[in-house]
Amino acid sequence: MQNGIEMESTIKDSVFLSFFHFLGKRAMNVISNLGGIVIFFTLSFLKIFQPKQIREIVQQVFYIGARSSNIVLLVGLFTGMVLGLQLYYTLIKFGSQGVLGSVIALTLIRELGPVLTAIMITARAGSAMTAEIGILRISEQIDALYTMRIDPQRYLISPRIAASIISFPLLTAFFDLIGILGGYLTGVVLLGVDKGAYFYRIDSYVDLVDIRGGFIKSFVFAVLVSTICCYEGYFTHLRTDSYGAKSVSLSTTSAVVFSCVMILISDYVVTSFLM
Amino acid sequence: METPLIEFRDVTKRFDEKTILDKMNLSIYEKQITTIIGKSGSGKSVLLKHIIGLLSPNEGSILFRGSPVQEMKRSEWDGYRNQVSYMFQNNALFDSMSVFENIALPLRQTTGLRKKAIEQKVMSRIEQMELTDVAKQYPSELSGGMQKRVALARSLVTDPAIVLFDEPTTGQDPIRRNIILSMIAHYRKQFGFTAILISHDIPDVFFISDRILLLWEGKIAFQGTYEEYTRFKHPMIDEFLISIEGLRDELTGLLSKEMFRSRYYMTLGGGRVDTTVTAVLFGFSFDLLADELGPQAAIEVLKALGEHVNDYFGPLGGFSSRHRRGEILTILPRVGLDEAEQLVRDFAQRLQQKALPGIQALTRVKAKAKKSIEIYVTAGMSEGSTSDDIDQVMEKAEANQKIIARYQCGKEGASK
Repeated sequence: MQNGIEMESTIKDSVFLSFFHFLGKRAMNVISNLGGIVIFFTLSFLKIFQPKQIREIVQQVFYIGARSSNIVLLVGLFTGMVLGLQLYYTLIKFGSQGVLGSVIALTLIRELGPVLTAIMITARAGSAMTAEIGILRISEQIDALYTMRIDPQRYLISPRIAASIISFPLLTAFFDLIGILGGYLTGVVLLGVDKGAYFYRIDSYVDLVDIRGGFIKSFVFAVLVSTICCYEGYFTHLRTDSYGAKSVSLSTTSAVVFSCVMILISDYVVTSFLM
Repeated sequence: METPLIEFRDVTKRFDEKTILDKMNLSIYEKQITTIIGKSGSGKSVLLKHIIGLLSPNEGSILFRGSPVQEMKRSEWDGYRNQVSYMFQNNALFDSMSVFENIALPLRQTTGLRKKAIEQKVMSRIEQMELTDVAKQYPSELSGGMQKRVALARSLVTDPAIVLFDEPTTGQDPIRRNIILSMIAHYRKQFGFTAILISHDIPDVFFISDRILLLWEGKIAFQGTYEEYTRFKHPMIDEFLISIEGLRDELTGLLSKEMFRSRYYMTLGGGRVDTTVTAVLFGFSFDLLADELGPQAAIEVLKALGEHVNDYFGPLGGFSSRHRRGEILTILPRVGLDEAEQLVRDFAQRLQQKALPGIQALTRVKAKAKKSIEIYVTAGMSEGSTSDDIDQVMEKAEANQKIIARYQCGKEGASK
């Protein structure tokens, strides 16, 4: 009987311990990964300013920025249009449909523009970054760069981070503009809000602080998305849950999910600092 | 004593709990072709990656010209790295870049050369590797052999002093395999680099190697020349070699080295019976042909010569094996020197009349020959008996080389 009780308590202890062991291991993993990401970003960022980078950066601006512009503009247009619809029917209850333009513009510039643009670029270019770098890694092409004395981080990562820092704010600006036009289409053209009032309110209520806040956000998102996506691809060979092509696919999925989560979390943090 | 170019001293490498290199000691000398052989998974690629710095040892030290690389300053390390190039097993070509861009990449990224100079250098390598027609194509559009050549061109474009080849001939057919190996030997001679290569392709790789290292259970079980290797008796060599060498040489269809040796000792009856044998060592101007008409032409001629030797001497009880690059050793049991001379004369006549004209077609594989060249077929003979070691018989045959047939070929309209 005594033995049985001892055994039961040992089992409880071991389950208890293994639970904490698991928790501790996970926590250590998360912390070491975060540390790794920070070092990875710092080194890659510094290498942006090394020679022979302009050509690579321009190429990446084309891939990340120019190639994403269509989808960003399309999403921006429909976001603006649906905002116009929703806000018109909400504001009309208070007889304030005259402020439609400023509400749409502020919503887009402060919040939706940077967030939705970042999410769209993550889905389009971020996933491609992870997959491409991951494939380069598993096919030893990154090792090949090293053997050719080409710093893989300088050649592959830095131009992508630089291009993201350039492209995100630009695409956000396009998103905001086309969104405001979308709001104009539904609010003014479709629902009859006064055209002058629409633009006048935007002009009077949107300050430079709002625009600056939006750009700060898009800069933060650019850093986060490009770093996370590149990091996941670059270290895809270190994954313990899978190998080869499977590890690339899992890295791509986790890069997109992690980036989207980080966009939303950092959005809250940055907004709270800007307010 | 010559200082090794690269030296491993008690190098140990572990991955988790598994020890891959176990207190390994080895030496690699300058301007030589050193071949590393060993079972799959024995750590050959790990060894190579230590040389270029992709991996670093857990214990022990790696020395470059006597200085430990781990203690090198940044500038010294960069200088060392600048001299080393690596050709990957799977080529590691950039799929999104054309052949030209792949080869130009190291020059564009690591040198201050102007666009024009880079273009000239890349194009000259492209021409040397006979890749001009595919310069604008992407790696995925090329055959495996062509991809190997692109990878070789890329690894040589920076004029490295040391080139590491990780299984450069894997997955190639016997002819292509020998062409790649000949290319390595040819360019090593032309550019004067030190080559370190991993290969399972025995015996082909031995014919171009100056030194052989046998990796066994994390240690170097043997290091030395091919001649020393053939005399090195160890059960693991037999186990390993016989398992991969097979019974016949895939290129020429002749006996493999091991089969040849055992047939030779069987013929002599282990020394119990007094048997006369005559060794005939056939050779041809392999290097000249490779230089003038390309490695493929030389390999094709070697293959054809092997087939003719087999066809003629096989029915007479003779057996043959590839001896060195461009050399075939035939043993004629119970045949004296006089009779052998008669047979070789007859063989030479047939070769001159029937076989060599066919070689003209084979050598057209590289149609860019600027001039016609003469192929010499030589033969050296020596008589041996039960008291003689095979190596002694071969040495004697080697010393008595005479031209037995010659043929003018390589250019349109060339003649005997």
